[in-house]
Amino acid sequence: MENWFKRVLLAGGISLSVVSPVWAADSEVSGDEPIIKPEVEPRSVEEDLIDTENFEIGAYGGIYSIEDFGTDVVVGVKVAYHMSEDLFLEVNYGMTEAGETSFETLSGNVRLLPDDDRDLTYYSVDIGYNFLPGEAFFGRSYAFNTNFYVLAGLGSTDFAGDDRLTANFGWGYQFLPTDWLSVRLDLRDHIFDNDILGADKTTHNLEFTSGLTIFF
Amino acid sequence: MQKKTLRSLQFAWLWIALAFLSMNCSAADESSRAPWYWPFYDEIQTTQVVEPYVEIRTGPGRGFPVFYVAEKDEWIELIKRKTDWIKVRVKQGEEGWVHRDDIEKTLDATGENVAFSDPRYDDYDSRTWEAGVMTGSFGGAAVNTLYAGYQFTPNLSAEVGVSQVLGDFSQVLIGNINLVHQPFPQWRISPFFTLGTGVAYIKPKATLVREENRDEDSTHYGLGLRFYLTDRYFLRAEYREYVVMTTRDENEEAEEWKIGLSVFF
Repeated sequence: MENWFKRVLLAGGISLSVVSPVWAADSEVSGDEPIIKPEVEPRSVEEDLIDTENFEIGAYGGIYSIEDFGTDVVVGVKVAYHMSEDLFLEVNYGMTEAGETSFETLSGNVRLLPDDDRDLTYYSVDIGYNFLPGEAFFGRSYAFNTNFYVLAGLGSTDFAGDDRLTANFGWGYQFLPTDWLSVRLDLRDHIFDNDILGADKTTHNLEFTSGLTIFF
Repeated sequence: MQKKTLRSLQFAWLWIALAFLSMNCSAADESSRAPWYWPFYDEIQTTQVVEPYVEIRTGPGRGFPVFYVAEKDEWIELIKRKTDWIKVRVKQGEEGWVHRDDIEKTLDATGENVAFSDPRYDDYDSRTWEAGVMTGSFGGAAVNTLYAGYQFTPNLSAEVGVSQVLGDFSQVLIGNINLVHQPFPQWRISPFFTLGTGVAYIKPKATLVREENRDEDSTHYGLGLRFYLTDRYFLRAEYREYVVMTTRDENEEAEEWKIGLSVFF
């Protein structure tokens, strides 16, 4: 059966090549190429083409309580770099304004600080640890990734005309509606020495903020 | 006037049509392309499972539950990466996270194992850039420093840095440039020597008697240690002796101790 088939093909081929040698030459060339060309060549996976999302950038707002000077609105920006699934580094820069001390309010016209020295700005460099990563459920069909993290760091606070070395520590909760978007709730204690009221005094300044960050 | 409205109307239609078109496009190619407004990384790469199975988790962390298992011979798409976790999509459309160690066991279209670069100790030797933050004490006052350095040869590098000294009587901002010599670059804990110069901007405290702010030149020498940790990170500790050339009769001297965390590239 196969032999017969081959013979027919061979005979056909010979007769065709005799009858139309030009056409035969053409078909010989095209016969070397595969009938169906693959659309893409096999390619190796390149690491650089995978989008990495280890950086996080965002803004936050909330309240900041300056010891002795009341509580006011704080706004700030942050950049974070995730070193591993556990550890991240972040830099924060925020600003708020001091109100009046109780003494100033009661005494009427005494001013402990000129108005332009009441602005408070701070920066901090923190290291954070994703202490309790997890999932949060909304209804029966939605699950979102979350993180509970703790962090601590150092920085400086510019308040009342001076820069003060500031230590901070705190914790936060991160909720990720998508892989690249996160909502963060942060609670921090900024600790710095303050000598505005005469003697040096270590002050605890609590900050509660919520923020929105994106990963890129 | 009417013509103008007409034209803007036409434009509006054009925009709507365009928006619709692009929406359609993105809907059609959703499985393989990034959205139309995001032109980056639209090339999705695929790789094939050759181990009996690969576990896919719901999140980029070791504790997240495994909700899907890609079987042997299955092709998976690599979408993005967060730290050591790769987000993948399987044929059925399920998306989840796989650890890079598991991805490295898969084969790409050329039949090679997928390989990720690993910034290890070898790269530390051949680093060109480093940057870091340090904190410590400058003449008894607290100091915070940010610096960046470029390595010309394994032994020699140049650095720029900014320090903020937060003293009881004044705050000082110092900008420095310095040369760093590292005699034993191949050591894991490697000493270095440094020599440099800079400017110091001295601002007395507001609560003290008002003094003038002043700029002074400074020069310093010092020594320190780099201690390679892991990945791209190393610890850096250093001691410096500063001489501040004041406009007064006597120069001021200050000792500085610092420790910090650095990253290299």
